[in-house]
Amino acid sequence: MTKTEELTRMASQVRRDIVRMVHANQSGHPGGSLGCADLLVALYFDHLRINSASFSMDGHQEDLFFLSNGHISPLFYSVLARKGFFSLSELATFRVIHSRLQGHPTTHDGLPGVRVSSGSLGQGLSVAIGAALSKKLNKDPYLVYVLMGDGEQQEGQVWEAAMYAGSKKTDNLIAIIDYNGQQIDGPVDQVMPLGNLEAKYKAFGWSVIPFNGNDMEEILQTLEAARQQAFKGQPQLLLMHTEMGYGVDFMTGTHHWHGIAPNDEQLARALDQLEETLGDY
Amino acid sequence: MNLTIINHQDTRSGFGAGLLEISRQNPDVVGLVADLTGSLKMDAFKEAFPDRFFQTGIAEANMMGIAAGMTIGGKIPYAATFANFATGRSYDQIRQSIAYSAKNVKICASHAGLTLGEDGATHQILEDIGLMKMLPGMTVIVPCDYNQTKAATMAIASYQGPVYLRFGRPKVPNFTLTDKPFIIGKADLLVEGSDVTIFATGHMVWQAYLALNELKEKGVSTELINIHTIKPLDTEAIIASVQKTRSVVTAEEHQRNGGLGDSIAQVLAQQLPSPQEYVAVNDQFGQSGKPEELLKAYKLDSKAIVQAALKAVERKQQL
Repeated sequence: MTKTEELTRMASQVRRDIVRMVHANQSGHPGGSLGCADLLVALYFDHLRINSASFSMDGHQEDLFFLSNGHISPLFYSVLARKGFFSLSELATFRVIHSRLQGHPTTHDGLPGVRVSSGSLGQGLSVAIGAALSKKLNKDPYLVYVLMGDGEQQEGQVWEAAMYAGSKKTDNLIAIIDYNGQQIDGPVDQVMPLGNLEAKYKAFGWSVIPFNGNDMEEILQTLEAARQQAFKGQPQLLLMHTEMGYGVDFMTGTHHWHGIAPNDEQLARALDQLEETLGDY
Repeated sequence: MNLTIINHQDTRSGFGAGLLEISRQNPDVVGLVADLTGSLKMDAFKEAFPDRFFQTGIAEANMMGIAAGMTIGGKIPYAATFANFATGRSYDQIRQSIAYSAKNVKICASHAGLTLGEDGATHQILEDIGLMKMLPGMTVIVPCDYNQTKAATMAIASYQGPVYLRFGRPKVPNFTLTDKPFIIGKADLLVEGSDVTIFATGHMVWQAYLALNELKEKGVSTELINIHTIKPLDTEAIIASVQKTRSVVTAEEHQRNGGLGDSIAQVLAQQLPSPQEYVAVNDQFGQSGKPEELLKAYKLDSKAIVQAALKAVERKQQL
């Protein structure tokens, strides 16, 4: 089996986890989680140089990943659990009282793999810049990654951070935007159009690579290209085109499934489309 | 005990001096500022440690987020700006990325309160203590003079967790002895007395000290306690004093709502209900003026403290 095939099988299992978690508690955000599943699987099971066996908050001498759009927590939790940060069985506690798997990720309960709380949008890029600056001071040659949503680009803090990283040449930072074109109230173009994101980030001094975030081969190539471009004087933005809800036909390409849980019948239809490759939790 | 004025200095300069000194001792300390290097007295730090100085421009939300991120990897960020922007402007960033995430960020807030002076109400934040003390896990420190601000600035480096350090703009009497250690959460008993206790914080500590002589002439023996740490509050010291005096004045350059007075009232209501008078701004915005004019106009000067103390004693006697 090729690496791409293996990762694709993992992504299928992760997507099953996502819809099952959201269904179990009848709450959560399946749309963005499904859309970004390929990226997070590629990051955690191939690209990132991380130590999942012994998680440390400081993350010295390893790559760091921050999830700024914290509402896609079902995906984050599934990938962390399957990577071994914590037990798979804990996925059953998603959004349940006294769980470490809060609705939005937090460090508050000591969940391994999480380095900052996120949920209130627009904050992750700043935090990632800080972690990247810390690595530079520590002469730590590893990289810092952050994933944001596209609707999240409407937050002003994102542009404060974009201005900082571009002008101060934070070149050990790789930001990724999930450009699925959907947000809670509808298509981004209708709610609050973002204009030409690529041109905007370039104007702020970033290097920008657009790519298809639902094509495993292209994801791997893009991440590798970005790593090669690190430490060359510019922060990098990977403009990741995805489809919200990707992998489940009736959830694909609509904002309707941003934050809605499937019922029993919808769950069954979704699972029919997602092969159980590695065993459900 | 008599307090002796060593000199007159601004507390923000105490911050600048403390930051420079602790940075020499602790290589993990870094400084961030949002276009107010001179106002925050960080020039010497910037010059001594250019690689540990981070200028974010006028972007306080981003500065708080970067500070949160820098703790990952072991840095101890001192994120500095005016108190107004260090709290209200960036509250959600502090709440989520710093407090809820338990990040070891030191939020250093200058130009707090009315004594900012002529810039007026837009900059004179009087709600910041309340905003910060409401956040779970946040330590809130308001030192009284230059030496105490310097000592506090240095002490918080070795405390693990988020801290809000509040100080101010004008030159005020500097009376704390330089060899006095700063212990977070430990109130300073400055003057012993038996009829009434004044709990004061920040610039109001000296105003309260000025009130003592007049109160003495009126036959009131006053205890003065400097509450430099509003959270965690030294409830033991508060109860010990009020058990003796059974009447209380709280004095702060802040709104009544949510400030030091409310923190002390909460302790007393539960453990030792006692007459309490507030010397604080009463649900108003400030305005332009000289610091001393403003303290007088908003009844935060020593005269107002005398009146409050007399009233508290009178209420006790009527019980």
